Amino acid sequence: MHGRVKIKSTAQQEEEKRKEREKKLKIYVAARDACFSKRKDGVWDDEALQLTQQLLSSNPDFATLWNYRREILMHLETVKDEDEVQKIYEAELFFLESCLKVNPKSYGSWHHRGWVSARLPRPDWARELSLCDRCLSLDDRNFHCWDYRRMVVKMSGVPVDKELEFTDRLIGSNFSNYSSWHYRSTLLPLLHPESPEPPSPSREPPQSSPPPSPQTHSHRVCEEQLLKEYELVQNAFFTDPNDQSAWFYYRWLLGRAEREEMISCVYVSRDEERVAVAFSRPVNAQSVGLLLVLDGQPQRVEWRSVHPRFKHSPVWICDLPPGTISDITNEHNLTVHWTEKPTHRDCALYTGRNESWCRDSATDQELFRSELSVEKTSVLQSELQSCNQLQELEPLNKWCLLTIILLMRALDPLGYEKETLAHFQTLKEVDSMRSAYYSDLCSKFMIENTILKMEYAEVRVFSISDKNLTTLCHLDQLLLVTHINLSSNQLQRLPPQFAMLQCLEVLEADNNSIESLEGVYHLPKLEEILLRNNKISTLADLQPLASCPKLKRLDLRGNPITQTSSIESQLAELLPSVTELLL
Amino acid sequence: MAAEDLPSEFDVIILGTGLCESVVAAACSRVGQRVLHLDRQSYYASNWASFTFNGLLTWIQEQQAESQPDEVQDWSGQVEEGEDLIYLSQSDSSSISNLQVFCYTSEEDEEDDTPNTTEEEKGGGASEATEAADSNKEDEEETEKQEAEEQVAQDEGAEPEADQPCPSADPNQSEPVKKKKISLAQLVKEGRRFNIDLVSKLMYSRGSLVDLLIKSNVSRYAEFKNVSRILTYRQGKVEQVPCSRADVFASRQLSVIEKRKLMRFLTSCVEETEDQQAYNGRPYLEFLSDQQLGENLQHFLLYSIAMATEDTPTEVGLASTRHFLRCLGRYGNTPFLFPVYGLGEIPQCFCRMCAVFGGIYCLRHSVRCLLVDKDTNRCKAVIDSRGQRISCNHFVVEEGYVDAERKQTATPTRCVSRAVLITDGSVLPSDSDQQVSMVTIPPVEAELPSVRMVELCSSTMTCMPGTYLVHLTCQSVGSAYEDLSPLVTRMFHTTESSDQEERPSVLWCLYFNMVDGSGLEVEGHDLPSNMYLCSGPDGALGHDHTIKQAELIFQKILPEEDFCPPAPNPEDIIYDGENGNGNSAEGEELKDDELKDDEEPKEQEEELTEQEKEIKEQEEEIKEQEEEKEEEQGLESEKGQGLETEE
Repeated sequence: MHGRVKIKSTAQQEEEKRKEREKKLKIYVAARDACFSKRKDGVWDDEALQLTQQLLSSNPDFATLWNYRREILMHLETVKDEDEVQKIYEAELFFLESCLKVNPKSYGSWHHRGWVSARLPRPDWARELSLCDRCLSLDDRNFHCWDYRRMVVKMSGVPVDKELEFTDRLIGSNFSNYSSWHYRSTLLPLLHPESPEPPSPSREPPQSSPPPSPQTHSHRVCEEQLLKEYELVQNAFFTDPNDQSAWFYYRWLLGRAEREEMISCVYVSRDEERVAVAFSRPVNAQSVGLLLVLDGQPQRVEWRSVHPRFKHSPVWICDLPPGTISDITNEHNLTVHWTEKPTHRDCALYTGRNESWCRDSATDQELFRSELSVEKTSVLQSELQSCNQLQELEPLNKWCLLTIILLMRALDPLGYEKETLAHFQTLKEVDSMRSAYYSDLCSKFMIENTILKMEYAEVRVFSISDKNLTTLCHLDQLLLVTHINLSSNQLQRLPPQFAMLQCLEVLEADNNSIESLEGVYHLPKLEEILLRNNKISTLADLQPLASCPKLKRLDLRGNPITQTSSIESQLAELLPSVTELLL
Repeated sequence: MAAEDLPSEFDVIILGTGLCESVVAAACSRVGQRVLHLDRQSYYASNWASFTFNGLLTWIQEQQAESQPDEVQDWSGQVEEGEDLIYLSQSDSSSISNLQVFCYTSEEDEEDDTPNTTEEEKGGGASEATEAADSNKEDEEETEKQEAEEQVAQDEGAEPEADQPCPSADPNQSEPVKKKKISLAQLVKEGRRFNIDLVSKLMYSRGSLVDLLIKSNVSRYAEFKNVSRILTYRQGKVEQVPCSRADVFASRQLSVIEKRKLMRFLTSCVEETEDQQAYNGRPYLEFLSDQQLGENLQHFLLYSIAMATEDTPTEVGLASTRHFLRCLGRYGNTPFLFPVYGLGEIPQCFCRMCAVFGGIYCLRHSVRCLLVDKDTNRCKAVIDSRGQRISCNHFVVEEGYVDAERKQTATPTRCVSRAVLITDGSVLPSDSDQQVSMVTIPPVEAELPSVRMVELCSSTMTCMPGTYLVHLTCQSVGSAYEDLSPLVTRMFHTTESSDQEERPSVLWCLYFNMVDGSGLEVEGHDLPSNMYLCSGPDGALGHDHTIKQAELIFQKILPEEDFCPPAPNPEDIIYDGENGNGNSAEGEELKDDELKDDEEPKEQEEELTEQEKEIKEQEEEIKEQEEEKEEEQGLESEKGQGLETEE
């Protein structure tokens, strides 16, 4: 048509583009080959710098070229004076900016920038910080930039309170950002530590205050700041309850203090001439410097974990030299020293007694309540209230339900048991993909409650039948239990940890789906195992039982194994001590 | 300019450079039509124009001047056989009325010998005259103080024009040093920093204008800023309306429960439900109150997000809520964009597009009459203001050029009430003094309409640093002054305000009414069949009405053609000689007509280029300053942004 602008057709454009690409490729390949041959010949000159620059500006992810560039720069450092080096590195930073524009998430570029910044004779950290800010404002989850920024902050000693303001700003513009929440969780304990001394890092000059390393500090935050954080994070999860990042931060806020490392129980048995020691966390007793003193005499003993599978375990046992405590008329005093910590625990075995122990119970340690927090109950109570309000508005929100459960556990695990179970039921329905996780978590809580009940009743019988258990845990807390009833649950195995039940005499586990008895291993006092209606199907499954010397009664009715021919004779061979076998 | 004749033949002649006409011009030119685009004014964009402060003062004078009676000339000599003559109206002052100007600051920096209130015009009564006198008194006092301060400053050898408060001017002075008001003289001196729009609109980030700017690539000619916050006026206080997720999170005035309810409402109303349909025809307010949202949220949702009134039906309220939400987050935390240098840029951008594709522009050039074929009722040609006969196939004209008796408009005539304020502070000060705010204001008194207010900061390049440009708009009930001044008195400090509250002061303000362009009917005009009427600005916030109208007109002119397809990249355009060898003869032949990108036809365009040069110089100067500033701000530099199709 008249006057119309003529435009190249698509075919023409394509063809031109193809030619263009070919031309580019040729240049690229030629430059690359030139670089490689120069590097091979050990040439570190300006031309090589230019060539690599040319290549890297179109492809900043070419790690070999960055390496070559670093070689050249390091060489230049040796031949130029400081001002020239400064200039070269400044040019390098400028070049890197253009690479970051090509690919803001290039590993090579960010790594190289860190390298250059660290070598720059007179670094301009303020400029680097503002570069990070600009990058993060374009993509607030660019973890390369987060990493680099952390380095810049560390090198330049930015005060912690400034950094906290920085997270305020980022969270304010978009709170779906794990990086900023997490960063906050590392800053708060530094700025507002739990300890009573007043915080002062903001007043110190930046040079003299490299942020104290987190290891030397508690990870807890003072209560006043905690309350502010609760408010902040509530604003986030009320605004968008489906956003995980806020909930995870909230979990951290509610999180408990680290448990003190200690020996929580020492048990001694005269019959077996054996000592069992339980720790507050899994340890490797062979390497932590454990020392057993019997009546003032250090003993040379060999510590072993309850199951060969464990290098680290909360329970360790050792056999005393034969005859040392076998005389029932003697009284003995035992001390176990944990020389590394250092801490120790005494235990007296009185005349006429066959066994003795000394321990902190789970109730003493507030072990399960502190799963969430050791903060004031009133604070937790008001947190529970807000979550309940949210739950009223969003009855099907899984994060809210889960948090309510955790808060209830922290406040009163037994008192809220019924509500907790109901919430678990809802959780399994609304988030069926994770129903197994919820079942396991629920099992854990039910076991904790049962332990508490057992301890309040001051008995050594642990009974938790018909509670839909899918897993077993906290078995180190059951070291002293003589009788366990796990009937009518959904257990599939008695795991290796089960071997921590060193005092167990009777094991009831009818009506489960148990296939494996791996943990019924070297239980010195075990006499009776009831396993009706389970899924034991081969003789090999029963193999571990052979290590239990006192086993007399075994009920295997309703298991597939009973269908095997000549099973009786095979069992008699495997378990000669069993006198009463029910098939 | 030498009075050189225009070509005698065009495909489309367009009269008026308002938004609608300019879009039609760009669309026609883009697909190869020969376009002649005229405007009788010396500026672009008709009633859509933006003026510098001085330009606005001139415009005010023009509006107040008695319109000249049409000098009727006899053009019958040019009429050919079988043709009728239709005369066009030669003035359009009728679209602006009730113009009133108030100045609340001193005329000059130091002396105070002239009355401050340059209130002129019919509406001004005795009461206002006394107010003016009051304001004089106050200003006198203030100026005295200023003089004293300056005296001290000079004694100390400081720069007299330093506008920071003078340190320890008077030890006996107990009250804090008052910030010195910017004088009228300063406003005039800095007048070029202002770009004051006659129309106050915002661009919905998913509205038809933004879509068109992106689709046509016209967006490359302009820059845009996000409206940075939505405010509302409630119980005598200005509050921020939390509308995005980040706002809701950060809001201090909402409880966490309200936050949840608001977020839930906003997410749920995106989908249409049966529950909502049950409310069709019933007020949106009723629907909202049944959602148990509480009064706070109800206010935000009704007035600020749906921008509705108490009797807006539910389906309308929901539709505009959805539109608001769809626009949210495309370019920022509010649904709106504002063009840097003012809304008057937008029609000019389309004109530029038209010119790039060969359209010819003449300002201060009009059409006197049309020559209409009696048999076909088609406009065959026009006679321009110089008496030249120019043939055309289509004639597009802004309605203001057409006599009232020939067009169909809604009766009674609908009007928009406007106020333009230059103030010295934001209605809601915040950390940043560079906020662009949209303020929704429900009726402050019974009988008064609800008002839309847009507060622009200096980084939008519409006002000088240290000032804010405030546009108020509402559907007229009475005159602009009657409709808007009660609100101005409440929200700002003027001489009429009684109390001493901390509020921004109005330095200067203008009230006027403009005819609401949406009153023009689509059909039923007594006009030739190839003549198309474009309406002036309508009262709505967005531009949908105008863009839709422009597209409709284009489709009538060229039913087969694509409306504003993307302009090609400059590198894809084939220029003469580029593929020359084979078909040189043809190439020669086409040469004269062949269009070159960005090489605009020169002679007829002198007016445009001269004016443009001037504008460009100004712009460049301002832009340089802006860039400097942005460099200082560092982070901010990403924010002035172009439109992109990607998000």
